[in-house]
Amino acid sequence: MSSNGSILATVRTTKAFGGLVAVSDISIDVAPKSIVSIIGPNGAGKTTFFNMLTGLYKPTAGRILFDGQDVTAKRPDIITSLGVARTFQNIRLFSTMSAVENVMVGTHARMDSGLFGSMLRTPSVRREEAEVEERARETLTYVGLAKDVHDQTAANLSYGDQRRVEIARALASNPKLLLLDEPTAGMNPQESQRLTEFMEQLRSERDLTILLIEHDMKVVMGVSEHITVLDHGEKIAEGKPEAIRTNERVIEAYLGKQAHD
Amino acid sequence: MSGILELRRRPWAKYLLPAVVMVSVALFPLFRPPLDGFMDDCIIALAFVVMALGLNLVVGFAGLLDLGYVAFYAFGAMVVGWWASDFYTGAGGDDGIHIGVSGFSATLPGIHVNFLILIVGAMVVCAIAGAIIGLPTLRLRGDYIAIVTLAFGEIIGRIFQNGDEITIFGDYKLSNGRQSIAPIDPIDLPFLAPFDSAINLRPYYWTIFAVVLAVLFMNIRLRDSRLGRAWIALREDEVAAASMGVPLVRTKLLAYATGGSLGGISGAFLGSYYASVNANQFQFGLSIFILAMVILGGLGSIWGVVLGAVALSFVNTRLIPDVLDQGFVGDQLREAGLDFSFTEISFGIFGFILVVMMVLRPEGILPERRRQMELTEGIGETESVFEARG
Repeated sequence: MSSNGSILATVRTTKAFGGLVAVSDISIDVAPKSIVSIIGPNGAGKTTFFNMLTGLYKPTAGRILFDGQDVTAKRPDIITSLGVARTFQNIRLFSTMSAVENVMVGTHARMDSGLFGSMLRTPSVRREEAEVEERARETLTYVGLAKDVHDQTAANLSYGDQRRVEIARALASNPKLLLLDEPTAGMNPQESQRLTEFMEQLRSERDLTILLIEHDMKVVMGVSEHITVLDHGEKIAEGKPEAIRTNERVIEAYLGKQAHD
Repeated sequence: MSGILELRRRPWAKYLLPAVVMVSVALFPLFRPPLDGFMDDCIIALAFVVMALGLNLVVGFAGLLDLGYVAFYAFGAMVVGWWASDFYTGAGGDDGIHIGVSGFSATLPGIHVNFLILIVGAMVVCAIAGAIIGLPTLRLRGDYIAIVTLAFGEIIGRIFQNGDEITIFGDYKLSNGRQSIAPIDPIDLPFLAPFDSAINLRPYYWTIFAVVLAVLFMNIRLRDSRLGRAWIALREDEVAAASMGVPLVRTKLLAYATGGSLGGISGAFLGSYYASVNANQFQFGLSIFILAMVILGGLGSIWGVVLGAVALSFVNTRLIPDVLDQGFVGDQLREAGLDFSFTEISFGIFGFILVVMMVLRPEGILPERRRQMELTEGIGETESVFEARG
């Protein structure tokens, strides 16, 4: 079912909460190093879909394949260690930790030191700590966080910086696939434009595949190669941005002209 | 003045004050008589410091509210009860079983194992118990974790209080029921004569002081490690932590096991120090007493918890019986014809102290930097979308 070469494929993935079907029969294929968007009106099931991809929800039916492996209903930390990282729609930083510490937690799956090693602080643990901290600072600089706020508590950072730290934290796990849940929410047009460029940069410099949930149509149309449209938990359209722009069902779903049955 | 400023710039200066405090705490028994009552209180306070630091790992770092911590004290105490007394008289024939013990205990029947081995044994038993108590709480959050751990603490206490009815391996009783198991072997360390609490308390003091130092060292290192960060991340936002690759089950069970094993050390030490293990001590009140120490000192703050444990322990052993009951207040009440004992309402007094703290300084005496922010700035509130799983 999954086409060859795709880094992420879902096969008729469904999630029902009791009687409410939040996501129904969604199949998508994401090509490596592509930037792909999922759009749809509020409540269309986009974030629920993300939560299934990252293991926070178990799909009621269907399968999820990542990088050739079946990750359906795997634990979130295992999916992360396989190479999926995400950000959240409403920023979920560890608010009392510093920016650097937040990013270091993102590296958790790539570290080895355990209980006894940490207590004894063996040379390898010491080395790992130093490396991880240095890499965390590099990543923070890479996403554009000024050096003087690296050690500031996450809650005290500006909104834009918090978004940056969240992306840095996701990048710290060294992912192949990055899921961004409405990354431009609350940003002004200039900031959104900069983020769009940054996504392109991530793809070319870090070989990342990016799956994006986004409401800002300018961002979506500008950056995506492929768009999937959800409405009421169902896929109503997919294709290239130009095709989606003129798709009647999509326009209906957004403008609410005449409800389709 | 300028001399002090000069001093402060030296890199070693910041270690000066802690070093002076440590050395004075270490040397103070030399200036007291060997059977000093105050030293006795200090020994008990230090044992409580170990327990409070253990509970702090679970509640303060990982944010898992544990109301059954007494279970670990119970297991630690029972380990010395079982394996450092003549309780199992029949074991090993008439001679008994002796591992690494010398002096008088080596001549007694029953099972007698060296204190150092028992400490490790108590830690292992409590780590396993911690993992077992952790399992059913993995799907729970917040208050519900508290309820399950509370039940666990009660169950363990009840089992040992009725353990004389439970026999294993034929006719070996699980515990001595509501009677004490005594005498427990004195602590017997390599190269030293067995300790004797009837002659000299100093060795006990130095032993538990060394344990406190080791536990402090371990706590500080764990806090600033990969695991410590994972615990704090878990406390802050479980969903985000899991999505960043922190394995929830493993990380939580490690918190319960590590925290529990410290309770085991303390239980084993106090059992040996009192030379008696009594299951009647395994009460819910003890869990709350230790939790109160952690909250009083400052959840998650290592030095705060040390302070809180010492303070409450002294309130319990000194302030209430000596100052309130025997002192001026008690005299006045007796003169007024009131037959009133503050010892009987000690938990009311601890509760009162906590209420006062909650009003004046809810973050604790020496708050953790993070915790203080949460309380003063109202951050760290996150809603949860997550399907828990085992």
